[in-house]
Amino acid sequence: MAERVHKQKQTSDRSDEVGAEASATTEQGDKLRAELDDLLDEIDDVLESNAEDFVKSYIQKGGE
Amino acid sequence: MAIPKVCGIETEYGILVRGGESNPVAASSVLINAYVNDRSRRVDWDFEDETPGVDARGFSYADALAPEVESHLVNAVLTNGARYYVDHAHPEISTPECSDALQALVYDRSAEEIVRLSMALAAPLLPDGAELLVHKNNSDGKGNSYGCHENFLVARETPFGRLVAEITPHFVTRQIFCGAGKVGCEAPGFSTTEVPFQISQRADFFEEEVGLETTLKRPIVNTRDEPHCDPQKYRRLHVIVGDANMSEGATLLKLGTTSIVLSMIEDGFVGSDLALAHPVPAIRQISHDPTLRRTVLMQSGARMSALDIQWQLLERANRYAEERGLSSVGEDVGRLVLSLWEEVLSGLAGDRATVADLVDWVAKERIIDAYARRHSVPDGDPRLRAIDLQYHDMRPGKGLSTKVGLRTFVSAEDVSRGIERAPETTRAYFRGECLRRWPDDIVAANWDSMVFDVGRDPLRRVPMMEPLRGTKAHVGELLDSSTSIGDLVDRLGA
Repeated sequence: MAERVHKQKQTSDRSDEVGAEASATTEQGDKLRAELDDLLDEIDDVLESNAEDFVKSYIQKGGE
Repeated sequence: MAIPKVCGIETEYGILVRGGESNPVAASSVLINAYVNDRSRRVDWDFEDETPGVDARGFSYADALAPEVESHLVNAVLTNGARYYVDHAHPEISTPECSDALQALVYDRSAEEIVRLSMALAAPLLPDGAELLVHKNNSDGKGNSYGCHENFLVARETPFGRLVAEITPHFVTRQIFCGAGKVGCEAPGFSTTEVPFQISQRADFFEEEVGLETTLKRPIVNTRDEPHCDPQKYRRLHVIVGDANMSEGATLLKLGTTSIVLSMIEDGFVGSDLALAHPVPAIRQISHDPTLRRTVLMQSGARMSALDIQWQLLERANRYAEERGLSSVGEDVGRLVLSLWEEVLSGLAGDRATVADLVDWVAKERIIDAYARRHSVPDGDPRLRAIDLQYHDMRPGKGLSTKVGLRTFVSAEDVSRGIERAPETTRAYFRGECLRRWPDDIVAANWDSMVFDVGRDPLRRVPMMEPLRGTKAHVGELLDSSTSIGDLVDRLGA
């Protein structure tokens, strides 16, 4: 149905300025992968150093 | 004709003291007191009119009338009109009443900032080496859950049974865009091997279709009938089925789509054909299937996926907007929600990555999968559960949700203003502004009244039974020109 047409997001890095579509897609993919790599580096930096102990000690009382 | 969808959110935060005695009630008190004592004179909540045991289906539980909130614990009202208190063993903030979903998003964000300010103020009060951790999540992964509740103003004249029947399909399926994601499974009879990752934090904890409980046998539709306003005209639909969201887009969608569907129900626009055969198993089945392919049985005998049901609701909502308008939810906010609703369903149906900046579970799943690939981590590894927890971590610099590129919908200025100042378009304005201007003359406040000490006997209670009166347009000039609380009360004719 018409409503299901996939909508393009209007983010700045998807502006319709120049460049062939195929290379833009590759660039976009490379950019996303690079971003994800940076993010994983950051997660490695800030993640609880002893994940097992932290997860074990995370106990809450039920609420509401 | 649908009535204005005044709304708000109450969030219970997870709390833990590391490196010290971890008593969650004491820790919550330290957190909230640190904030309240730093602000103006503390004004306590007034329990006079609270009746959490009254059931919307028309009867009362005497036992439930015992105060549900321990009234000796800190329980304050803030100048932004919110309530900040210890509920059970969690710090909780209830936003002020908001006139639309976007405004409620601002106040949910302001509440997060209030929690962060509280953490900074509480830090020096802790023993050496102790650290206070606060998480905006709904589960500890060990079978304990705490809530993020929404409230919506609905017309008393809409039959409650029809409301329950017609909102249930939305409550069961909206999780596909407002689920916060969870590593593992806490539903009895399921293992983490079967369900390594699921869409919702909360779905595992729902055991009934409809009921009064919130802590045991949680129902998909909660029947607490405590309108905090004129009970002849209104209900407050108390929604306990949602997850706490880190994504602004998810909070906006959660509140916005629900406001629209409730308006449609009031106007007879939803119908009964989307009724599920078994809503309780369905809410879990949908949560347990991040592929979104699973179908659930409808009362009609057909099978539909959560996406199919949401497309149906959106189609009806678009027709509703065309034929009736969206004044009950705010025309502009309503249009924004409709376009976001379509965007999120399209993304979920197609390229999932395009909505990772809107949908918490998609953002969380993406980093968990990438982390597992990079470090060759198997399902069930505690590091994946730690990433899940840390996605919701409120410590600046530590919360992973602040690093994944979630889209923003409200300005930093609005969020900052919402810490101190109430919405101008609901009765929260009167509550918040009185408190900001005359804190020493207010004895107590709650949702639907305030008690003033006018300097002469007796104390004066001012009722506020209309959520959309007491706005800046109504009382702004009166407040500005009143020289004292006594003057204000005289001029109100209270």
